[in-house]
Amino acid sequence: MLEIKGLRAGIEDKEILKGIDLVVPTGEVHAIMGPNGSGKSTLSYVLSGRDGYEVTGGSATFDGADLLEMEPEVRAAAGLFLAFQYPVELPGVGNANFLRTALNAQRRARGEAELDAVQFLKMARAEIKRLSMADDMLKRNVNVGFSGGEKKRNEVLQMAILRPKLAILDETDSGLDIDALKIVADGVNALRSPTFSALVITHYQRLLDYIVPDRVHVLAGGRIIRSGGPELAHELEANGYAAVVAEAA
Amino acid sequence: MNAVSQTSLQASAQGFLARYEGLKARLSGNVALRAAGAAAFAQQGLPGPREEAWRYTGLRVLADVAFHEPVVLLADGAAQLAALGLIDGPRLVFVDGRFRDDLSQLPEGVSVQTGAPAFGRIADNAEKMVALNTMLAEDGAAIDVAADVDAGTLLLVSLGSDAHGKPVSFHPRHAVRLGKGARLTLVEVNAGVGVYFNNPVLTAEIAEDATLVHLRQQMEAPGAFHLSTVFAEVGARGTYDSFSLALGGKLARVQVHARLVGEKAMAHLNAAQLLGGSQHSDFTTVVRHAAPATASRQTVKNVLTGRSKGVFQGKIEVDRIAQKTDGYQMNQTLLLSRDAEIDSKPQLEIYADDVKCSHGATVGELDADQLFYLRSRGVPVAEARNILVRAFLAEALDPIAHEAVRAGMEAAIAARWAAELGTGDAA
Amino acid sequence: MAAVTETLDTVAAVTEGGYKWGFSTDIEMDMAPKGLNEDIVRLISERKGEPAWLLEWRLKSYAAWLKMEEPSWAKVQHAPIDYQDLHYYAAPKKKAGPKSLDEVDPALLAMYEKLGIPLRERAILAGVEPEEGERPPVAVDAVFDSVSVATTFKDTLAKAGVIFCPISEAVHSHPDLVKQYLGSVVPAGDNYFAALNSAVFSDGSFVFIPKGVRCPMELSTYFRINARNTGQFERTLIVVEDGGYVSYLEGCTAPQRDENQLHAAVVELVAMTDATIKYSTVQNWYPGDADGKGGIYNFVTKRGACRGARSKISWTQVETGSAITWKYPSCILQGDDSVGEFYSVAVTTNRQQADTGTKMIHIGKNTRSTIVSKGISAGRSDNTYRGLVRIMKNADGARNFTQCDSLLIGDQCGAHTVPYIESRNPTAKTEHEATTSKIADDQLFYCRQRGLSQEDAVGLIVNGFCKDVLKELPMEFAVEAQKLLAVSLEGSVG
Repeated sequence: MLEIKGLRAGIEDKEILKGIDLVVPTGEVHAIMGPNGSGKSTLSYVLSGRDGYEVTGGSATFDGADLLEMEPEVRAAAGLFLAFQYPVELPGVGNANFLRTALNAQRRARGEAELDAVQFLKMARAEIKRLSMADDMLKRNVNVGFSGGEKKRNEVLQMAILRPKLAILDETDSGLDIDALKIVADGVNALRSPTFSALVITHYQRLLDYIVPDRVHVLAGGRIIRSGGPELAHELEANGYAAVVAEAA
Repeated sequence: MNAVSQTSLQASAQGFLARYEGLKARLSGNVALRAAGAAAFAQQGLPGPREEAWRYTGLRVLADVAFHEPVVLLADGAAQLAALGLIDGPRLVFVDGRFRDDLSQLPEGVSVQTGAPAFGRIADNAEKMVALNTMLAEDGAAIDVAADVDAGTLLLVSLGSDAHGKPVSFHPRHAVRLGKGARLTLVEVNAGVGVYFNNPVLTAEIAEDATLVHLRQQMEAPGAFHLSTVFAEVGARGTYDSFSLALGGKLARVQVHARLVGEKAMAHLNAAQLLGGSQHSDFTTVVRHAAPATASRQTVKNVLTGRSKGVFQGKIEVDRIAQKTDGYQMNQTLLLSRDAEIDSKPQLEIYADDVKCSHGATVGELDADQLFYLRSRGVPVAEARNILVRAFLAEALDPIAHEAVRAGMEAAIAARWAAELGTGDAA
Repeated sequence: MAAVTETLDTVAAVTEGGYKWGFSTDIEMDMAPKGLNEDIVRLISERKGEPAWLLEWRLKSYAAWLKMEEPSWAKVQHAPIDYQDLHYYAAPKKKAGPKSLDEVDPALLAMYEKLGIPLRERAILAGVEPEEGERPPVAVDAVFDSVSVATTFKDTLAKAGVIFCPISEAVHSHPDLVKQYLGSVVPAGDNYFAALNSAVFSDGSFVFIPKGVRCPMELSTYFRINARNTGQFERTLIVVEDGGYVSYLEGCTAPQRDENQLHAAVVELVAMTDATIKYSTVQNWYPGDADGKGGIYNFVTKRGACRGARSKISWTQVETGSAITWKYPSCILQGDDSVGEFYSVAVTTNRQQADTGTKMIHIGKNTRSTIVSKGISAGRSDNTYRGLVRIMKNADGARNFTQCDSLLIGDQCGAHTVPYIESRNPTAKTEHEATTSKIADDQLFYCRQRGLSQEDAVGLIVNGFCKDVLKELPMEFAVEAQKLLAVSLEGSVG
């Protein structure tokens, strides 16, 4: 379970998150929607531990452990996965090698046995097949020369292989055509279980037609200004953010 | 070989020193500075073939000529000047290294002083050609643009003459200073007739937010020697934007030291060298990034025909403090004859980690596919070559914002190409 | 997993922390007195029972060396080397060139075991898995200080017609070949360090691949400096006749010592028509400590001559060791259509200085060369690529492609690129590209978000940066090289 209380954070002297309160119980998928500049990406980076963001108040715990005290890789091993809005290119680093190194590092940290190359490839190929992705995905260098859609699909593949307990999808739908959107959504839906939760950050309601959230939160001006069921997303789509923001103000 | 050239270099250096001894009592300008230059030259001499910075440009052909002090005044400088077809406007004209009031037109809004060498503050006598210049400089222009003044365009013209009946050397020394936010386009033209040695040094101090556009056209006489040095120092957000065109001379070298000393200072050091016959021309740059977030851009193109030899040496130095430096350098050469040669040495010396620096160098002939494509469309081969060479040079020429100057340079290139280079063994 | 991979793994695991190959071995040594003069040169020659012509050659080289000056153009700095304060000959006391492993000092065998160098043929053979049958075992020549102590698989190789033995032995067993080729690529007076080597070279490997023979296994020399105050001057000569092929590997380590040790080797390669030589190096001499104390001065001259048409010489090097590396493995592309390649990874940390690169001299028509150099600087080190591409007048259709990339880790190090491009033929094409960058913060964060530690992330990104070079290494070497990179950079980012 992810519990965020009064979280304040920013870059340099600029406060972006101005007191976020949010609980994502295990097994649930929550969506965070909000206009540009509302702090959506900042929230995902603060939760995953990117350098350069300063937490000035509040707390964030994951299954009871203080998330904000952990190094990024410790958060990953604890089961937190961030699907990047802009996945990073790693020239010369093969996707398979990268994923196996990551998976084994996490398994090691959790005291689990590592997978050898054969075991890993078998598992990875199965995931690729399940997600209807191209076989060469594993051979290529991480995100190098990938189209925007391929990069996002690669994020979903990584998520499927690393099996996180909590996935944060940071505008994973941006720049995707409808087919790619379905593949991404299928990937997330396939992971849905009583032990998996997700925080789907998006600007548009479209993705939420495919990943139906348990709860929807509206983030504006660094605060969650409204929460509701899946119907809230439709309301936003119909009336726009301005109306909701004005109403909350 | 080395021993021989060593000897002639030494003899030549002795000649220059003797001339200094004879002249020093009557040369104007700062005596102490001149003496320091003479001392440096006495100690260093002329650059030799074993020096890394001069490994590709030997001065033996220069050392074989005895150069004298220019004494005779060229009478009809006006005719020579007119023949250059320069743009209209204010101009400072030097003949055989001496300012000629009668040929010049002083600019407005700019302070210009002549009659003595303008030594400036930033030239370094450790550069041997600078030491020689400091020792023998007779005249030059001190050009000052006050803060926030846009001084427009100013021509700085050097004419070398054969009025003396024997080879002469002259060593003009110019200093340009731009106050904060000032702006000047300085168009430098070097031309002449006969055998002479032009050894100019120009220093440019560019204050914060100021911009000096320095456009240089070297079209010295076929028998002439041109060894020039520029020191530019650029303050925060200032720009030194230069382009050097090398067309003339028997042996030429343009050396530019640009120091970016203020944050976000910027230098453009573009150049084109179009050579034929047995010409030798060298474009050497050292850009020093000494402050954070500074940027440099260099695009250098060589087109070599006949038995000519082109040299490019470009060094980007990044100090530890100069984080976020952005340095780029590209040197491309077209070898258009079997006997032409290119020596290219792009160089990076980097002591800061958060930088983006790259360089590239290519050497080859005209693209056969492109040539065929043009010919298949009915363009005659000579014309097709002409088109492709101009296109090749365009990348270096296009950034010249001053249209009339750019057009003049393009015309000079076309004339040189038509007169000599586009024909002959270039096929 | 092949035996070699295992043994290389062992190398990496021998000891913990810092430089893992830094132990020294207590062996009874036969040492020449310190200093260099004609008598020492004679003594070396005499100890090796050399023929008169070789002694002459040594003496001439010595005379040439006396007249030369130590080169100063490289971007490296060091205290003056006192050439009179070194031993120029050091050999394990058991007689040189033992006939079988049984004659080798057990302490030596134990040392090689500790390093993981397979000197026992049976053990190697037993470790080779059937499905990797196409990957034959590696024959090893082990050079300890000045002397070759063991060469494996000699008989198997002899059956194929391949000669692989210490050069000191080849001088006796194949004098004509040695006489014909020694100094034919790197002349005695080529440069200061080559002249020194020619005067005092101790031992090294000799390889001869006759016409049409593809060497049935990879050949390898393992160099080890052990003795104190000893210079190592090995000399390697590889000749491949028409249509032959050989892949040769070279590895180096040295004990951890406070004083600097001099290593001035010469490697000469000759490739005749249609011959191919692939020469791979993993150089891991002791680099000195964090403050730059101690470490090997590695001044090496390596050059290959592509004498015949369509011949090919490919240099691959991974340089992680040495306090100073001064090394420019080069190709003289004389034969038409011959090919030269240089793939290099150079890592410098702490106070290390590396000035390394290549020379590609294009003489023949349609000669081609490729240069890929990856420099990684960390700590307070300096890392310089210096390379020459020269296209001679008659090299019609010659091609060169050069890619030089530098990676800086931390803001106290330096990365430098000094290419020289000289072209005298209009039909030739050369292309040079160089970039400098650092490991991007977002790359590090991406890896860490996936669960990698900071150091693993750096290792992964650096290995990716070097991939174009590492893939040129024989597989077992590539494994070792990757580990070496990671170990070398431990603690560089933080």
